[in-house]
This record gives sequence, C-alpha cells and structure tokens, in this order.
Amino acid sequence: MSDKSHDPNQMTGAAMIVRALIDHGVTDIFGYPGGAVLPIYDEIFQQSEVQHILVRHEQGAGHAAEGYARSTGKPGVALVTSGPGATNMVTPLTDALMDSIPLVCISGQVPTHLIGNDAFQECDTVGITRPCTKHNWLVRDVNDLAKVLHEAFYVATSGRPGPVLVDVPKDVQFATGTYHPPRKSDVHRSYAPRVKGDATQIRKAVALLANAKRPVIYSGGGVINSGPEATRLLRELVEVTGFPITSTLMGLGAYPASGKNWLGMLGMHGTYEANMTMHDCDVMLCVGARFDDRITGRVDAFSPGSKKIHIDIDPSSINKNIRVDVPIIGDCGNILGDILQVFKAEAKKPDIKAWWQQIAQWRARNSLYYRKSNDVILPQHAIQSLFEATRGKDTYITTEVGQHQMWAAQFFGFEEPHRWMTSGGLGTMGYGLPAAVGVQVAHPDSLVIDIAGDASVQMTMQEMSTAVQYELPIKIFILNNQYMGMVRQWQQLLHGNRLSHSYSEALPDFVKLAEAYGGVGIQVHKPGDLDGAIQEMISVKRPVLFDCRVAALENCFPMIPSGKAHNEMLLPEQANDEATAKAFAGGKALV
Amino acid sequence: MNQPASAYFIEERHDPNETHTLSVLVQNEPGVLARVIGLFSGRGYNIESLTVSETESQKHLSRITIVTTGTPMVIEQIKHQLDRMIPVYRVVDMTLTRRSIERELAMVKVRGQGEHRVEALRLADAFRARVIDATTESFVFEITGNTDKINQYIDLMRPLGLVEVSRTGVAAIGRGPEGM
Ligand SMILES: Cc1ncc(C[n+]2csc(CCOP(=O)(O)OP(=O)(O)O)c2C)c(N)n1
Ligand SMILES: [Mg+2]
Repeated sequence: MSDKSHDPNQMTGAAMIVRALIDHGVTDIFGYPGGAVLPIYDEIFQQSEVQHILVRHEQGAGHAAEGYARSTGKPGVALVTSGPGATNMVTPLTDALMDSIPLVCISGQVPTHLIGNDAFQECDTVGITRPCTKHNWLVRDVNDLAKVLHEAFYVATSGRPGPVLVDVPKDVQFATGTYHPPRKSDVHRSYAPRVKGDATQIRKAVALLANAKRPVIYSGGGVINSGPEATRLLRELVEVTGFPITSTLMGLGAYPASGKNWLGMLGMHGTYEANMTMHDCDVMLCVGARFDDRITGRVDAFSPGSKKIHIDIDPSSINKNIRVDVPIIGDCGNILGDILQVFKAEAKKPDIKAWWQQIAQWRARNSLYYRKSNDVILPQHAIQSLFEATRGKDTYITTEVGQHQMWAAQFFGFEEPHRWMTSGGLGTMGYGLPAAVGVQVAHPDSLVIDIAGDASVQMTMQEMSTAVQYELPIKIFILNNQYMGMVRQWQQLLHGNRLSHSYSEALPDFVKLAEAYGGVGIQVHKPGDLDGAIQEMISVKRPVLFDCRVAALENCFPMIPSGKAHNEMLLPEQANDEATAKAFAGGKALV
Repeated sequence: MNQPASAYFIEERHDPNETHTLSVLVQNEPGVLARVIGLFSGRGYNIESLTVSETESQKHLSRITIVTTGTPMVIEQIKHQLDRMIPVYRVVDMTLTRRSIERELAMVKVRGQGEHRVEALRLADAFRARVIDATTESFVFEITGNTDKINQYIDLMRPLGLVEVSRTGVAAIGRGPEGM
C-alpha cells in the first residue's frame, strides 16, 4: 500500500464534512459555532467553496435551510453545536419532517469517551431528534463518516424528502480516516423508495377519470417536491381532462392561480367553491397530498359520494385518515406521466359542462369577499396590494403563522412552484423571517417577502441581524393587527370572546427596531398611503421591516367550523354574531 | 353529536380492535429498537409483546416480533410506518398469512410443599413443561407454547404457590419452505 500521508482521501473528520458538502453540490450552509463543532468551523475558514451564513439562533439556521431548500428544490444544510445548539434545531427539524423538506443537519457532539457522562453541552441528540427526523446517525468512527454523510444526503432528498441529522463527536472530527466520494453502496439496502406506479392501478384510475361526471383534482406539496416535471404534467392533465383543480396550502403554485380551472385553496380557510367541489364530486384525484385534518373537516362527512384515487410516494399516507378506492404508490411525476399516457391513448375528455355550471354558482358566492374601507387598511386588501405591486416580478413569499398566513394563501396568486414557503404541517410561528433569509441567499437578486404577523415576527426577529450582515434585502411585511389574530379569532368563535392573552401588549416600534438593526423601517396606517409605501419597500435594496397597521379585529373567512363538513362552511357575509354562534354551537367544553 | 369548542375535529372511532403479530426484519444497528419502540409510543400504538434478537449475524440482521392491537386501519398504518423506517427491510403480518406458528417461552417459579408439589409436577408433565431448577420447597419450570397455553399454565400454577414468571414474548415464523 502506498504511503498514507500522500493519499488525498486521508483527512480529518472535519475535513470530510466540508468535502462531502462540496461533493453534494452544496454552496451555502447556515450555522452557528460552538465548542463541539470548532474543528468543522476551522475547515470552513480555510476554504471558499462553501459559504457559511452565520445566523443568530440555531432555529433560524434550520428555517433558513428550509427556505433555501423549498425555493431551490435542493437540500438545505444546517450546522450546529452540541447540547443547546442541537436542541434549538428540534423545531425546524420537526417542521421539515411535517412538510417533507429535504434538510441535512450536522451537529457536533461531545467526544465519544464522554458520551453518557453528562459532559458539558452534552445531550442525547440522536435520541431527541429521532422522532423529528426521517433518519439520524451518531458517527463513532471516522471511517464511517463519509458513508454516513452520503447516505444522509440520499435519504433527505429521495422518496418522500425530509430532514436528517448526523451527530459527529468532536474526537471523530479530529481523527484522520479515509474519505470516499458518494457511491451507490453508501445507502442502506433496506431503503428503496418506490418510484413507479402500479400499471393496473393506473388503468383503474384512468377508467374512473374518463367516466367522471363531477371530478376534481386535489394536489399537494408532493407535486412540488417531485420536481418541475410533475408540475408540468399536472398542468397538462388539467388541460387534457378539463377538470377543476384545487390544492392544499403546501401545493400552491403547482397549478397557476390565474389558470381557468383553478378553484383556489381548499380546507379550513379554503374557498367555498373548492370545498363544495370536493364535497360533491364523484371522482377525486389526490396527487401528493395527505388528507390531513385541516383539509378534510369531519372525516365521516368528507366527500361522501366520491371514488378516490390517491397518488403518494409514502405508503403510510394511504388510508391514514380517509379510505381511498385506488391507491397508487410512487413518485407523482412518474405516475402523472403514466396516467396521462393512458388517458390520451384510451379516453376522451369527459363532458362535464353541467359540473362547471354548478361550480360557477358556488364561485358566484364570492367567498373571499371583504368590506374595504377608506379609513383603515384591511389585511386582505394589504395582501392584494402587495400582490399587484409584485406582479410580473421575480418574487418569493414566505409567511409566519396565523391569520396573515391564511390571507396570503387566499389573496396572493402563485403562478409557479417553489415561490411559496410556509409552515404548513407544524404551523411554526417564527418560520417566515429566517426562511426568507434562506430564500434570499439562494436567490440574491429576487424579491423575497416574508408576510408576517406582529406576534410571529418577534419569535425570530434577531435574524434581521443576519440579513443586514449578509446584505440580504428581505422584506418583512407585517400585517400588524396588534393581536395574535388567529388565536383571538378562535377565542371569539369558540371561547365566549374571552381574549385570554392574545393581545400584543407592548409591541416594539418596528420602525425603530429596523433602524436599530441597520435595516429600513416603514410604517403605514392609511389605505391611501399603502401602494406608495409598498413601492418604496420594493425599491429599497436593504432589509425592510414594513409595519402595516391593519384593522385589528378582522377575522379570516370562509371557515369550516370544527366538527363540520365541507358543505357547512361559514361565509364572510354570514359571519354575523348570530350565525357564528349557531355554526359553532356545541357546548362550552374547552378542549 | 355535540362537538366541544376546539380547533380540532374530535371524533370517536368505533371500529373493533384486532390483534396482529408482525415480523419485522431490520438492520441490527444502534438505536434500531429505540426507533421501533418510539414509533409505537409516539403514535399511540399498542405493544402487547415484543421480542428481538439478531438472527443473521453475518448480515447484521435482527428479527423483531411485535404483537399489537388496533383497528384494521391502525394496523395497516403500523405496518406502513414500520416499513418506511430506513433500517427496516421487511414487515410481514403473520396474522394475515394465517400460516404462522407462534411460540413463547416462560420460566415459572412455584413454591410449595406436599400435595401442591406433586400436583405442580403432574401439571407440568401434562403441559410438557420441564423442571430446570429445584429445591426442596420450589421448582422453576420451563414451558414453551403459544400465548394461550402459557397463560393457562400460569393460571393453574397460581393456587399451587406461583412466585414469579419470566416470559420471552412471542416469536413467530411462517409454515412451509419459504422464508419471510
Ligand atoms: C411557535 C408557535 N407558538 C404558538 C402558536 C399558536 N398560534 C397560532 S397563530 C398564533 C397567533 C399569531 O399571531 P400573529 O403572528 O400576530 O398573526 P395574526 O394571526 O395576527 O395574523 C398563535 C399564537 C404557533 N402556531 N406557533
Ligand atoms: Mg397579529
């Protein structure tokens, strides 16, 4: 054997980590240093291929990596130290797991001989993150490190994407071992996600679609995760079949909001036409969505008369909440391609004129109606103005969680996938600002806006400092209603209007706060000043905190009250006190 | 149905529970059992019995046998959730194959004198339990069989001076020439 000191694959564990990042095409990572990762930081210092973005809190690193991943389709990478660094990652890891976002987190760990001794900054990172990752690893031998890192990237990005974590003790980072570039055998033989759909099931699906009288396509984040081909095929399927299409919060943008078959989002705050179409349809094609409880409403009354086709890469999504008739397991791009091929060869566009007429009547209810005002900015109006002002621009939107998030989903039209980053499954307040940082790092010249709430934005506000440091001109558009609006809405509707701790007391002066960070602050109160202020925000090439003072007590409608079915939506014009009381009637038991 | 005020749809499901035995072939690596158990506790599934041991040391394969109860939809979920774990090779529902043999081993300590001792030995003989330890006032029996048989044997030992029981939990294997 040759002299090991000349073997270029001999290197320290820390060097292997940087080398593996480069081999996987990673150009940007988000992280925060600490004792247990200093050898890695030392390697980062001595190279220039991987840019490290220093966040202000590890949660920010995780969400930034999520934003980066969702806006690019590439995995996001975060680097954190042991103990508190790792525990601060729990929220973003869980968030990424719920929303199927490919994330690779590398965490430092105390040296192997100290593991289990309650050493300084020790925690059981793999134990803590086991339920919030797709898979995780503790690497005890430097010679396993390359294999584990390559496998980590593969697991994060293949099948149903998700977060993974590799925990690397400090002595393993220092130790020298043999690196190898990625290769097939790096992956568990037990892990082989299914890509191709079953041909018989595909034929059954086409037969249902071809004979449908009242069809609907219900698509989700899986279509976007599958990649551009899935989006293209979904659009083609809508074109070829002429079917109406709705989507989950996560799936917005796969079909363009300006498309003529678009029904708007479905679910708890979805449009009347989307939910009624779902309820009354005879054939439902669910692509890359998972029938979660914000979508279905009461499950025993969910779309009672329909045959359901469900395309999903994760078999555990099938029949979890809703029994389906034709499950097809595999990659939705692949399966949509097969369905289209069979459909085009063997079926004709079904005549569903009567169904479209019915849908037109539901549309005419104008379920997103709101009363405009000359005195006070309505939050819906603010989103619409923002949308108009950014039309035709290269725009990416992130959000926090609350009413503003739902209004953004309802009133901001997305024409393309990867443009809409929101915390859907976990509903993480504080997601949007760091996610915007991640998106802006990936798309330095694009317009990146976090549509925020006054409460949420304070959860990760410190990442403004990151934005200023790296000259990331993110725009934080705060719909400031001085409330945790969504909490207040539930309290009004369900808890006798007892507004327990949902008022945003002692709000900071956001303009001064922006300036304190070295960013730009803009505040607007009057509807007449809104458009000009938005223009100003867009033209500033620096991070902006935009304090948009909106009507404090506006609520988000339409809405499916709890325990109700899709056809029992509460519409805005009905949402007077009496109707609301009736819709939410059912006792005072507080659960 | 009166729905309490809640952000969630609160529904009770009334499907009857079933008991299933699952065989799970896994890569024997650190934490794999924690993953499986964590899945059950995290998602609120039941574990009635769980056994695990390496079965092919060359390939680092372990076989986990889990007896679980749940509605048919939950059982289906459990299988899918297990199957999608990275180190899991295969999940077989032994109950659905209807061709599986299930065995458990128990060690049963009985303390007594005189007629009770004689009776314990007689029953042990009838159940094909072996004496693996004896003193003048006690026996430890080893018994193998399906869960029902072992339960029955333990019930019979109770009035004869049952002290304690140690059970392995269920191991299962399919009949016929094929492997899982
Ligand atoms: C980390 C976290 N804590 C608590 C909640 C519960 N929650 C959901 S919405 C909301 C209020 C959000 O208020 P704000 O950001 O002002 O948005 P608004 O609803 O007013 O638009 C809260 C507290 C959450 N989603 N995430
Ligand atoms: Mg608010």
